[in-house]
Amino acid sequence: MTVPTIADEPRTNPLAQRAEWLGLTAMVVSGVVLMLIGARWVTGPLAVFAAAIMLGAIVTLVITAITGGPEARRKIAPYGLLKPGVLWLALFYLAPLITLLKSSLSTLPSRFAVKAEFDWNFGNYRDAFTDNAPQFGRALLFAAIATVLTILIGYPLAYVIAFRGRKYRSLLLGLIVIPFFTSYLIRTIAWSSLLADSGPIVGFLDLLGLTGPLSTLGIMDNGKLINTPAAVIGGLTYNFLPFMILPIYVSLEKVNPALVDAAQDLYSPSVKAFFRVVFPLTIPGLFAGTLLTFIPAAGDFINQQYLGNPNTSMIGNSIQNQFLVQNNVPLASAMSFVLMITITIGVLIYTKFFGTEELA
Amino acid sequence: MGESRTSDDVIVLRGVHKSFGTFVAVDQANFSIGRGEFFAMLGPSGCGKTTTLKMIAGFEQPTRGQVLLEGEDVSRTPPYKRNVNTVFQQYALFPHMTVAQNVAFGPRSKKVDRAVYEPRVAEMLEVVRLTEFASRKPAQMSGGQQQRVALARALVNMPSALLLDEPLAALDLKLREAMQLELKRIQREVGITFVFVTHDQGEALTMSDRIAVMSQGRVEQIGTPEEIYHSPASLFVAGFIGSANLLPGTVKGLDGDDAVLELASGGTIRTRVGTPPIIGERYSVMLRPERLVASTEPSTDGRSIAGVVNELIFQGASTRLELVVGDGTTVVANMIDDGRGPSIRPGDAVHVSWAAGAAYLIPGWPSVAGATSTDVDAIEAAL
Repeated sequence: MTVPTIADEPRTNPLAQRAEWLGLTAMVVSGVVLMLIGARWVTGPLAVFAAAIMLGAIVTLVITAITGGPEARRKIAPYGLLKPGVLWLALFYLAPLITLLKSSLSTLPSRFAVKAEFDWNFGNYRDAFTDNAPQFGRALLFAAIATVLTILIGYPLAYVIAFRGRKYRSLLLGLIVIPFFTSYLIRTIAWSSLLADSGPIVGFLDLLGLTGPLSTLGIMDNGKLINTPAAVIGGLTYNFLPFMILPIYVSLEKVNPALVDAAQDLYSPSVKAFFRVVFPLTIPGLFAGTLLTFIPAAGDFINQQYLGNPNTSMIGNSIQNQFLVQNNVPLASAMSFVLMITITIGVLIYTKFFGTEELA
Repeated sequence: MGESRTSDDVIVLRGVHKSFGTFVAVDQANFSIGRGEFFAMLGPSGCGKTTTLKMIAGFEQPTRGQVLLEGEDVSRTPPYKRNVNTVFQQYALFPHMTVAQNVAFGPRSKKVDRAVYEPRVAEMLEVVRLTEFASRKPAQMSGGQQQRVALARALVNMPSALLLDEPLAALDLKLREAMQLELKRIQREVGITFVFVTHDQGEALTMSDRIAVMSQGRVEQIGTPEEIYHSPASLFVAGFIGSANLLPGTVKGLDGDDAVLELASGGTIRTRVGTPPIIGERYSVMLRPERLVASTEPSTDGRSIAGVVNELIFQGASTRLELVVGDGTTVVANMIDDGRGPSIRPGDAVHVSWAAGAAYLIPGWPSVAGATSTDVDAIEAAL
């Protein structure tokens, strides 16, 4: 009795030869169709037709996989594995993005109109810039300061946990993460009562006689802490701290302690050993941490809303205001796009200078 | 135990003691390492050899005693101020630097001029035969190559001594054998003192000029590989290095340079002695299996034991003979196979004899009478 093996099968199955091409086409076609339907770019009978094309492509692919033998299946498999992700992104990322882009180029026929009309109105982008330049500036500045502060607080903390934590490592990491089981909003509101004029922090600073000097430095505003830029930056720093600590911790934990011994053995005292060996090895973590902190912080509006004042408003607040209060969806979309593009360009420049092979 | 050397000692340990809490890692280490010497510290894991090395490197500080480097007390000097360099067990190469940058790390830390260190780095890479790999990252290199980068990185600093912590343990057997010879060659070429920690007795015997055998924090013996092998100072050394028959007995007297030992298993033999024995005390005789010869007649000069052949095992180059003597103790002999087949069979009554000088007297009795070092080998293999 002969046992059939893969080698016994015909080398070139006619179906298998087209399998790779078919897999790619079916994936692209169904991705584009989902994106178009999701963005409501095609509607009515046209949408039904597009959906039929997509179904056809998928059915053809399934038939090829069933009848094409192992060779065809092997060629289709990568596309099959990619497909859920690609389709998900097409429907829930690309489609909304297109909708947003389309709406940013639309015009509201009247002040009270609900539905905007698409007419390549680039004026929204001009308005987004001219009306909100200070908000853009503050968003980027506050986010940058908060990012630097999270590094200054987070790096030493991650270092101590990674190198001195011993068996308490998991516990200490848990303590960092546990507060974040509470809602973002609740935590920020909690800070507003902590920083209030009658709150414990102002009271403590008053006791130490620091209210005066801090007011002179511009951190406090005539003895007030709440509703100052410092409070907003403080809130951002607090809320995004774990996103800095965790990636830095991960890269520190991977550093072999023997490397520090080796550096010391090669005539570098501890501090020098840190800057020549440990720090360069944690740049990927630091890089990931800055992205995870800076990007959401630049678009944040919660911290400013509860801890700031009208003169500290950030671009996130303007966008939220235009979307939900003024109902000016086109302008809000244009501002979202500008913020997105600004951050993308900023990140690309940052990656160029500090990025590592792992992330670039 | 340590002989005192005065002339050209690079490293001197004086009464060095190290304890961690109640655990004594190193107890009264007293020895010197000479210039240009290839010195091994050998022992099972947990014997204190690595702790001793770390005290020389500066990563640990002795609880008591002194470590002298080039005649200077460095017991409390941090590692970065000591002119010794270490090759770490897993090499600890800096992964973000190229091979050349790794090698240049030491000179750059010492703020040596680029113009001065660059030719030295190139020269060192040539010594370890890695010139064409200078711009590679460590991750792109094999274990053996990484090992040589670690060597170059340490040697480029021209240290008073190079410390190697189990340098070959991470390599596979074939590469390990090649690196043994390579290490010897490099040591001859640069003429720097190598202090080398290992648990592998074969490695220590092959490479070292002198060996310090350690056990449970104590230095049991220091000597050349020949001294350690042929004249072990303790039962531990005899059992740890090579295999040995250790037969307990009592010294009855002296006959010329030899001692007369009455074996616990019956019979009296003559044996070579190291330090003069105390008459009436308990001693053991060490017989290396490869130096025993089986014959039908006893020797006339007291250099044989009678027994019954228990087993004969053909092992290719030699035949392993297991002999049961007197009270049931087993004696093992490795006989060179002469191709004529065995003239003796299990159950035969024979005598094993040895040449003058092959038996050696060691103080004390083994915990298991007649124990050969096979047990130690098994423990070592499990480590």
